[in-house]
Amino acid sequence: MQIMSERDLKGYWKKNLKYLGILLSIWFTVSYGFGILLAPVLDEIQIGGFKLGFWFAQQGSIYTFVVLIFVYVYLMNKLDQEFNVQED
Amino acid sequence: MDVQVWTYILVGVTFALYIGIAIWAKAASTSDFYVAGAHVNPVVNGMATAADWMSAASFLSMAGLISFMGYDGAVYLMGWTGGYVLLALLLAPYLRKFGKFTIPDFIGDRYYSNFARTIAVICALIVSFTYVAGQMRGVGLVFSKFLEVNIDIGVLIGMAIVFFYAVLGGMKGITYTQVAQYCVLIFAFMVPAFFISFQLTGNPIPQLGFGSELADGSGQYLLEKLDELHTELGFAAYTSGTKSMQDVFFITAALMIGTAGLPHVIVRFFTVPKVKDARVSVGYALIFIAILYTTAPAIAAFAKYNMMETVSEQPYEEMPEWFGTWEETALLTWYDKNEDGIITYAPGSAIEGLPDIQRNTAGEIVRGDFGEVKVNNPPAEGSNELYVDRDIMVLANPEIANLPAWVAGLVAAGGLAAALSTAAGLLLVISTAVSHDLIKKQIKTDISDKAELMWARIAAGGAVVVAGYFGINPPGFVAEVVAIAFGLAAASFFPAIILGIFYKKMNRQGAIAGMIAGLLFTLGYVIFFKIAFPEFNTPEFWWFGISPEGIGTLGMILNLLVSFAVGMIFPEPPEDVQEMVESIRYPQ
Repeated sequence: MQIMSERDLKGYWKKNLKYLGILLSIWFTVSYGFGILLAPVLDEIQIGGFKLGFWFAQQGSIYTFVVLIFVYVYLMNKLDQEFNVQED
Repeated sequence: MDVQVWTYILVGVTFALYIGIAIWAKAASTSDFYVAGAHVNPVVNGMATAADWMSAASFLSMAGLISFMGYDGAVYLMGWTGGYVLLALLLAPYLRKFGKFTIPDFIGDRYYSNFARTIAVICALIVSFTYVAGQMRGVGLVFSKFLEVNIDIGVLIGMAIVFFYAVLGGMKGITYTQVAQYCVLIFAFMVPAFFISFQLTGNPIPQLGFGSELADGSGQYLLEKLDELHTELGFAAYTSGTKSMQDVFFITAALMIGTAGLPHVIVRFFTVPKVKDARVSVGYALIFIAILYTTAPAIAAFAKYNMMETVSEQPYEEMPEWFGTWEETALLTWYDKNEDGIITYAPGSAIEGLPDIQRNTAGEIVRGDFGEVKVNNPPAEGSNELYVDRDIMVLANPEIANLPAWVAGLVAAGGLAAALSTAAGLLLVISTAVSHDLIKKQIKTDISDKAELMWARIAAGGAVVVAGYFGINPPGFVAEVVAIAFGLAAASFFPAIILGIFYKKMNRQGAIAGMIAGLLFTLGYVIFFKIAFPEFNTPEFWWFGISPEGIGTLGMILNLLVSFAVGMIFPEPPEDVQEMVESIRYPQ
């Protein structure tokens, strides 16, 4: 078990919250933004057989969710190492 | 060989497999029974989570619902996947670090109160029982449609199988059966999708075929043609939908937050060894889920196109064989309002209520002038003559697309896998809520591990019986019933857990008041519109235009507001609780 000083853990938590803020903003923008609120506007753009808003609502947002989780895993694993809080 | 023989073979083989796994993975301790000893590989756990979570609704009903909802189907697609981002970022790693067995465990310890624990138990029971009702109806549906077994007997067979591996193996048995069930269900879902996508568009990948040109040489895109067919008949365009934007927003949010708050999903991340594993395991789970979820909207569009091309404005006498088969099961009905022998498909209902087949005194089906199955229902207003049950869009898809008989048998086995895997996960939550959170933590704290394990098995057995009752007396459409469980989870658990992790100063009074307010509000709204006064269940009476399916989002906001307001009046949580919150925030 690593004994950490109070300040380091605070730094770790702060950085974690920053990552959460960024990733959840993307999560919200793609699904609620592109898929719902902006869908009528994006539907004006046609890519292949898809109207873009419709594609985000029924396909694109799901792909984005998968990518977001793996980006989070990558960032957090790095952060754990950096602040020495990783499990052995 | 015909569909029925194939179905018996495939269902028989898969059931034998599940029983074999159950015998191999017998639970020896409560830790095995509750969290599979907490040493499940993260990829395996991801697969089990996917099966746990993709229910009869995802497999049988969702593509059908989307077929008839068009764009609006996005509420299910985004709603039932987006929650995994919340789960990975906001819940799973911290709850894994906390390292106990159940959600009520966390709520009870974090809010230093057995009263809070009991409320969490009640929430878990309401959510799980609402949800399990949908699964049992799914099991009964598959049995009755494919094997021509009485629906009640179908449910009883399903219950016997679940009873066997849930009671014997607990989480350990369930985990490995779910892995097998995932393989069965995803294979069963994808095979017809590949075939149909290739038939219609020349591209076997459904996600791409969905956006491709039709293979009929017209050079028209599938979705373009579908929009055209819809608008010609007076429907809204397939790619634009009919729900209001705020309702779509609120339903999507309720389903997302609900997913992240479902106890049987969260508890799966207690089964991996480390915090790191919990994070990545959610990612694997979502990949496995996304395979089905990006295919479902494609199947929905293919099925709708096939149905409209085959049926709309065509003479009844030229209908393919499957039309008659599904008419006889009352899932498809044609009421020839203008007596021209041609099937008119238009907006609005064809008949009043659900089809009730006319039979003569000898019990034989009464047929009309063109050989159609007659129903007792009065015709509804409007020109529409066709009633289609949403569930058959997946069940009948292989037949509609003329696929070989074994594909239809496969779909039956897949539907059963989806329903059974989810039912088992829910039954486990119910049994642990009773044996662990009520008996071990509150009624008889000095109980031995062995006795607790026995209680867990008894509770699982009892839960199977209750679930069976729901299966035999099913409420409503599978997906609709399930959607409500999500609203309840969103309004009760989710805020309490999030505040528990991210807001150290939240005290027990605030959390308890919030959970009660969220739960009662959501339940009250749903009961009012769905059960007490269904005649008022239209957008003009809804608050802010939010349907009962989306009200969980408002319930969650209410929960948060009440938690903060009440929390401010009372003192901060004790020092040791605040330290515990600190400690779950980092892996080690």
